[in-house]
Amino acid sequence: MATIIETRDLSKSFKNVDAVSGLSFSILKGDVYGFLGQNGAGKSTTMRMLLGLIYPNSGQIFINGTEFNNSRRYLLQHIGAIIERPDMYGYLSGWKNLEIFAALSRQQIPAARLHAVLEQVGLKGREKDKVKTYSQGMKQRLGIAIALVHEPDLLILDEPTNGLDPQGIADMRELIVSLSREHGKTVLVSSHLLHEIEQVATRMLVIHKGKKIVEGAVKDLLHPDETLVEVVIMKDATIAGKLAGTQWQQHLQASTDTGLTFKLNSKYIPELSKWLVMNGAGIMEIRTKHSLEDYFLSLTNDEVTKHRTV
Amino acid sequence: MRLLSIELYKIFKRPRTYISFGIVTATALIFQLAMMSGGREFFKFGMQNITEQFDVQGSIINGYLVAYLILQSLLIQIPLLVALVAGDALAGEANMGTLRLVLTKPITRVQLVMIKFIASSVYTVALIVWLAVVALFLSLLIFGAGDMINLKSETFVMLLKDDVMWRYICAFGFACLAMTTIASLSLFLSAFADNSIGPIISTMGIVVVLTILSNLELPLFDAINPYLFTKHMIGWKGFFDNPVPYAAIGKSALVLVVYTVGFLGGTTFYFNKKDINS
Repeated sequence: MATIIETRDLSKSFKNVDAVSGLSFSILKGDVYGFLGQNGAGKSTTMRMLLGLIYPNSGQIFINGTEFNNSRRYLLQHIGAIIERPDMYGYLSGWKNLEIFAALSRQQIPAARLHAVLEQVGLKGREKDKVKTYSQGMKQRLGIAIALVHEPDLLILDEPTNGLDPQGIADMRELIVSLSREHGKTVLVSSHLLHEIEQVATRMLVIHKGKKIVEGAVKDLLHPDETLVEVVIMKDATIAGKLAGTQWQQHLQASTDTGLTFKLNSKYIPELSKWLVMNGAGIMEIRTKHSLEDYFLSLTNDEVTKHRTV
Repeated sequence: MRLLSIELYKIFKRPRTYISFGIVTATALIFQLAMMSGGREFFKFGMQNITEQFDVQGSIINGYLVAYLILQSLLIQIPLLVALVAGDALAGEANMGTLRLVLTKPITRVQLVMIKFIASSVYTVALIVWLAVVALFLSLLIFGAGDMINLKSETFVMLLKDDVMWRYICAFGFACLAMTTIASLSLFLSAFADNSIGPIISTMGIVVVLTILSNLELPLFDAINPYLFTKHMIGWKGFFDNPVPYAAIGKSALVLVVYTVGFLGGTTFYFNKKDINS
């Protein structure tokens, strides 16, 4: 698949603080690319650089193979974006805001398209109200409508679920997935919430303190073949000894009187638990240690400095 | 044209835009009311010598004189009213958060600055036209036309009734140019800020300080005085002299144009390099 965005060694600092440092990544056409990082990790700065709002100190950005700085105006015709909060002209109606930003996209967009996109984001019926009367969620929806109205090939959405209620979050997820699968759009979506990225993204990048920590396919990063399985048992000093010579011994990572830790594919958990019960272990709890949060925290932990690419 | 019409729509849809028109109207009406009630006695005393020695056609307190007095009283206020909109042009968008959304659209920053400047200028001209309507035409309606006496510090200029209107048209034209310079200054300051209060107050501060400097006839400031734009902003008064000092007015206009181009160039240069963090 063709690359739609490529960054090479992108760096940006503000008053000697490195916001983004040597960031290189590429996004393929049709990807829903998750951009994951804690608050202040450099996600918004990177997205602003991709849109020409912030100038990088060094590095290059290519969109559809063209260097961004050389064709900014042309390339932006094919990009829709929301950066941080979707702020609009509060004293104007939702419809007028949409009309203004549609006109700024420099394309002739018929009124029918405006109606369609309002329908798509669930704002039909409220378009004549002034934006200052909108809830945060409604503003977010209008922001999405503005990003979509000129039917761009690439969407850059910075924390698009901010301020949305649970139903709104679910709708947004569904919208992002459908834009990619049904309409062939490429979506770059940022979040500080791993499970959000997990549910929509096909590929992802984790950024921490402006540096790339890991990049790859979501299924490879979040659902690896082997995971840590922690078994909490009733106090039994003999069970570890019984493991000797069995198939489970090679997976055993650690053992104590009350706990065993295995590294294995999670599909073997039922078989393992059956074996433990048959060998007299009183199982209190079985948990996989590879929770999303654990994974994210382990990646963004200060001790993790080695960059990984899957 | 499309971008300009969007910009003008945004300006004229904001309620705060009409505050300026309201202030101009209120000031003119108060002045006209004051002239209606006590102006005759005031001028009877002040202009006794003139009326005794010259044959003044029509009433001394006529629409032309009242309009002139209103214009003089609004010397400081009009720049503030211009700054209210021009100072908000970029900083207000940054403050609202709409600047980043606008700049993700396929328009260049130079285009945006130019559109903001043209739209601010259109607003400025509209304000001056409105000033002409309420200060001049309404005064003419209330007080009637007549010969205009332009009182100066030591002399006076008598302008015949039929010789005044063209002077006003030129004076308002010049005022448009002067206020466009103020608009460009406000826009320049607006590019540096993420909140419109700063540029508006800074514009006023600069105008007030430079006006004081322009009026201080101290040798210390002699060297810079001819180059202060505030000195040239009052060039419109020249149209009410006889003969009209066209060379001085032309020079003032040129200085104002140079300042306007300078401020606009500075705005474009800085804004083009600015990181949009708002």
